[in-house]
Formats: sequence, C-alpha cells, structure tokens
Amino acid sequence: MATETTLEITLEVARYRPGVDTEPTLQSYQVPLREHWAILDGLTYVKDHLDGTLSFRWSCRMGICGSCGMTVNGEPQLSCATFLTDYAPGPIRVEPLRNFPVVRDLVVDIDDFMTKLPKVTPWLVREVQSPVEDGEYLQTPEELDEYQQYSMCINCMLCYSACPVYSLEPDFLGPAAIALAQRYNLDSRDEGADERRDVLSSPEGIWACTFVGECSAVCPKGVDPAGAIQRYKLTAATESIKELLMPRSRSRR
Amino acid sequence: MSVYQRPIHLLWWLERRAYVLFVLRELSSVFVAWFVVFLLLLVNAISDGAASYQRFVDWSGQWWVVAINVIAMVFVLLHVVTWFGLAPRAMAIKVRGRRVPARQVVAAHYLAWLVLSAVVAWLVLR
Ligand code: SF4
Ligand code: FES
Repeated sequence: MATETTLEITLEVARYRPGVDTEPTLQSYQVPLREHWAILDGLTYVKDHLDGTLSFRWSCRMGICGSCGMTVNGEPQLSCATFLTDYAPGPIRVEPLRNFPVVRDLVVDIDDFMTKLPKVTPWLVREVQSPVEDGEYLQTPEELDEYQQYSMCINCMLCYSACPVYSLEPDFLGPAAIALAQRYNLDSRDEGADERRDVLSSPEGIWACTFVGECSAVCPKGVDPAGAIQRYKLTAATESIKELLMPRSRSRR
Repeated sequence: MSVYQRPIHLLWWLERRAYVLFVLRELSSVFVAWFVVFLLLLVNAISDGAASYQRFVDWSGQWWVVAINVIAMVFVLLHVVTWFGLAPRAMAIKVRGRRVPARQVVAAHYLAWLVLSAVVAWLVLR
C-alpha cells in the first residue's frame, strides 16, 4: 500500500501580542495544501490543530461580510476568497491589513473608518418623508444602474489598506466612504447630496485623493472607489463654478 | 490598549508598481511647471527683439538644456497618458441612455489632443 502523502504549504503568519511584543514577528505553520482551501481555511487549521492562540477575524467565509481582509504576500486580500493553491509551493506570508493599528495578530482596529462613515450620511435622505400608505419610492432599472455598483461595498477595508494617501494622511475620508456617499448621491430616491457636499468637498474628502487607483485594483467587489472619487471631483468642480455664476441656486447633485 | 502602528518607510513607494507610477506622476508636475517657465522665457525673448531671440535659441541649444527638455517631455507625456487614462473614470457620459464605453472617452481625448496640436502647428508653421 502506498503511503499517503499530504502535500503541505507553509504559512508565515504575523504574530503580535499587545503588551508583550513591540512589533509583529512571523511564525511559520505547516498546513495541508488542499485544493479548495482558502488562506482562511489554512488559518482555521492552525487555530484548531496547531496553535489556539492565533487571532483573526472572519464570519461568512464567502466574500460577503468583509471581515477577513488580510495582507497576503504583500497584497490586500479577502482571506476567504484567496486560495492556497494559487501560492503553491509557498511559503505564503499572511499579515494584518496595512494602514490600520494592529490589535493582535491579524486583527486590526477599523474604528477610524467607523467614525468617518456616518459623516457622509450613508442612508437615503428625503426632504419630506411620504407616509407609508403612499407606497414605495419607485425606481427604474436604469436608475438602479446608476448606483448599484457602489452599493456592492462590503466594508472590507482592502481599499484603505492599499491607499498610500490614507497612510500618509490619516484624516482622509478614504475610498469606501466616498464610494458609499456616491451610492446615495446617485440614487434617484435620495435628496441628501447637498448635505454630503461639504464633507466630500473638504480637503480631507475627494481633494486629498491623488488618483493612485490601487483602491479599485484591490476591491474584491468591483466597486471602483477611485472612479467614484474622480466622478465626484468633476461634480464638485461643476457645482462650484455654477455657484460662482448663479450664487443662489444650489442644485441637487 | 497597546496597538502596533506600522511605521512608514522612506521608500514606501517602491512597494508596488502602482505606487512608483503614482510618485512619478506627482513628480511630473515639476516638469509641467518647467515647460511653462520655458515657454514664458521664450515669449519674453521674442518680445525683446531678434537679438534676444537668437540668444535664447543659442541657450536652449546647449546640451544640458536639451537634456532637461527631453526628460521633461517624457514626464509630460507620462502625465498626459495617465491623465487621459483617468478621464473615463471621472466622466460618466450618457448618449441615448447608454454609458459611453471608457475606450471611446479616452479616444476622444487623444483625438482632441491631435486636433489641437494640428491647429497649433498650422498657426506656427504657416
Ligand atoms: S470599496 Fe471595495 S475594497 Fe473598499 S471597502 Fe468596499 S468592497 Fe472593500
Ligand atoms: S469571511 Fe466574510 S468576507 Fe471573508
């Protein structure tokens, strides 16, 4: 009988214990190289069989919740949607997302985004709420098309991790927050564009972006935050020119 | 709570190809500015008459001025190409309810550039 050999691959995982370590160190683990295993499965294997102290975040395991973002061989990735076999024979370096403070091992603190997000009023704003009896706010497929792409964002923070402007200027509102503002600005049911304008057009808003484009390159959901930002730059510039020429009319978008 | 903040390296921009391109494009604005200065110097020399114009032409013929201008042109081209590449991201143009494809928006920019250059060339050379 032939001896069964399991192929293995090495994960070099960044470990950081708060209060103990001054900076992360890499620790190597051998995990089975299975065809359908994502990086996240490898990490789960480590936690279950090799080292229960390893900390990382995940939930859905299917690219929906946005909680498993990590830096894999230097690139921001969803660890549940990045497969071990694509990196064979390895080793694979797994580090926390860049540009965020590391709480422990692969867990980062995204509070900064959580405080910025509500600033762009990411919900439908109506000047007058019509009563429920009046029914839904209707929308045509074309109107849906205008913003649907931006509504796909899962707040995974890969775009922030890839953005050098965010790392140099931590006050920058950032790609996802601006894309989400556009998600509502471009929604035919929304009337909040004016409300969002001051935040978006501030120096920490769109104008901080120098169009590196990496946010769009790494986005796992095809949101194209870089495109959203450039589009809003054009909108904001047009608006200010209009305002200069016709000071009293503040149009909707 | 003690957290770890990754320090920013001086050479952080060598980490990814896109970062290198980005830094080069930022740098290109220096050369765009240089071309503006060069053009102003030229206009100034022309307005001072034939002798001064000749002096300017001689000066710009020196190897190091030519070298600067060649480098500047490469950077300005980089600036233009990346700028045009960006255009479709910023412009969501609709024609009869359909969004104009990105390649057509880019093509329109190059066409406009060509036409403008031809007009300038015609003005100068006629
Ligand atoms: S825009 Fe894309 S990369 Fe950024 S948080 Fe949303 S889904 Fe993630
Ligand atoms: S675990 Fe939910 S996106 Fe990866």
